[in-house]
Amino acid sequence: MTASTTTSPRALAWARRRQSFARSWAAYRAQRTGMVGLVLLGAIVVLALAAPVLIDESALSVTQATGGRMEPPSADFPLGTDEVGRSVLALTLWGSRLSLLIGLTATVVAILIGTAVGVTSGHIGGAYGWFALRISDWFMVLPSLVVAIALLAVLGRSMGTTILVIALVSWSGTTRLVRAQTLTVQARPYLERARALGAGHWHQMTKHILPNVLPLVLASATLLVPSAILMESSLAWLGLGDPNVVSWGSILNRASDNGAVSAHAWWYLLPPGLAILLVVLAFMMCGRALEAVFNPRLRGEQG
Amino acid sequence: MTEVPPPAGGAAAPPAGRRARRTSSGFGRYLLKHVGGAAVSLLLVLFSSFFIFRLIGGDPIDQLTRERPVSPEQRAAMRAEMGLDQPMVKQFWDYITGTLTMDLGDSFQYRRPIFDLIVERLPATLLLSGTGMVLAVVLGLWIGTRSGWRQGSRYDRAHVGTGLLLYSAPTFWLGMIVILVFARYMGLFPVNGMRSPSTPPDFWSQALDIGHHLVLPVLTYTAVVYAGYLMIMRSSILDEIGSDYLTTARAKGLRDDEVRDRHAVPNALLPTVTLVFLAIGGVVNGSIVTEAVFSWPGLGSLFVQAIFYPDRPVLQALFVLFSASTILAVLAAEILYWFIDPRIRKS
Repeated sequence: MTASTTTSPRALAWARRRQSFARSWAAYRAQRTGMVGLVLLGAIVVLALAAPVLIDESALSVTQATGGRMEPPSADFPLGTDEVGRSVLALTLWGSRLSLLIGLTATVVAILIGTAVGVTSGHIGGAYGWFALRISDWFMVLPSLVVAIALLAVLGRSMGTTILVIALVSWSGTTRLVRAQTLTVQARPYLERARALGAGHWHQMTKHILPNVLPLVLASATLLVPSAILMESSLAWLGLGDPNVVSWGSILNRASDNGAVSAHAWWYLLPPGLAILLVVLAFMMCGRALEAVFNPRLRGEQG
Repeated sequence: MTEVPPPAGGAAAPPAGRRARRTSSGFGRYLLKHVGGAAVSLLLVLFSSFFIFRLIGGDPIDQLTRERPVSPEQRAAMRAEMGLDQPMVKQFWDYITGTLTMDLGDSFQYRRPIFDLIVERLPATLLLSGTGMVLAVVLGLWIGTRSGWRQGSRYDRAHVGTGLLLYSAPTFWLGMIVILVFARYMGLFPVNGMRSPSTPPDFWSQALDIGHHLVLPVLTYTAVVYAGYLMIMRSSILDEIGSDYLTTARAKGLRDDEVRDRHAVPNALLPTVTLVFLAIGGVVNGSIVTEAVFSWPGLGSLFVQAIFYPDRPVLQALFVLFSASTILAVLAAEILYWFIDPRIRKS
């Protein structure tokens, strides 16, 4: 990695990637909402990761709860207690881990499916491409919450099924985006050159198409996470979440099952809900800023 | 479905007769393509609903008898009553023909025909989400137009901020907070449901009572949804804002409001048409969570109740109904596009 750095094609490619990353970062940094979202998101992720250090996991145990039933905020319980006397602060803090984990994993799965189907259907085309497009269009028009509820009702409630179901109802948008981008990249002369030099499908897709598609995928992934988190919280609130884990949605499910609204227990309702709102908002701010960076049509916006 | 080109063109007949014929057969082909696509989608929904609920869903008898001991004879009787003793292919055929003839079977939970249940509950859903949707669309398009037209102004920033904030709130949570504040603390509105039992039976008292119950659910529904329309309309206006025809309109001496409403808005509305039609399709299924929070006696709460019974036939029927309504709404949007967007006719 000394003198040969400047000559090896791999090093050149990396240098170019670094450059384009620096350019995108500069464009991103220029947007105030994007930066606010990023800082907010960073803070939330740090809190979620640090939860075990801040509050011991035993605070989530129903049998070892120390407080009374739905106590208002006090010095011992800054955000009050739930119906069995656990600290709402502890629940909300620990709930962030599950909500983020499910939201992120579901998005990763959806993006992987969406990108794979989008690139292959755009590149290979033919009967396969047509079929893949029909299937993704079909998923696109189906009402996602209805499909998610139906699938969870028959598949059973666990974290795995929740992630799978959310991924299944959200991959199709990415497919359409990626497919369109694949088709435009495909038409460029350097792909013709690659083919003339004998590049196979795999080489063309991974070395030429994918790097061109990834920035768009990143932007759309950032906008998928908030909808996955909202979907998880709705499903968990309806009682379709994993009964053994604490997520923001499941906290609110317990709150409404145990009459927190009629007990005027605002301290039980506000923290988990506001947490969802803040995370979703942070992701949307970042996603919109990323979109403006990668989508030239929007670049005039947010000047 | 007919290939015969209608001789006299429709409303928009071009001057030359030859071209008129080509246009209408073009429409025929366009219509056939999209109707065919929608029909295939609907069939796929029927297949997948059978697949989801009958094949991977496990034995409904096990789920219904989970809590109590049942003799094998009773189980066999239940199976026969529900038609589960038939071969799978026969069950599938009965299901398809049943659904197509509106015979959706009986609900496990209510022991009544599902068709009757749907007819009974549809009006409540249409009232709630219909009102909410109209409000959300009008509000979103109105604010979105003004936001985009004055991009970066204080009005724009305030409305985009508020819209995104409400858009980020989970519907069920917003509903609970709204109930807590307006019904519990202030006591201005009823907590849930659609009617109070004590209301006199005459029309006006009933209407007033339902209206009173409707306020909070509609507020919640609209608050969460309108930002979507706002953002689309806003970016649609932004696409138009630099156009030459707007400069021309201004040069003619039109006032700013006239330029916006008579020239920019009609063009900017085009991309929102699909969205509005999707919303119309969503009227049937879009208020599931809102109905659940407010115990609103519509299709959404029927669906949610059916999950936990579990009332498999109801889930299955509503799954098909909800999916079909969005598919048909998208089809309607595609057909309408032929008439409002000339670019489709050219391609």
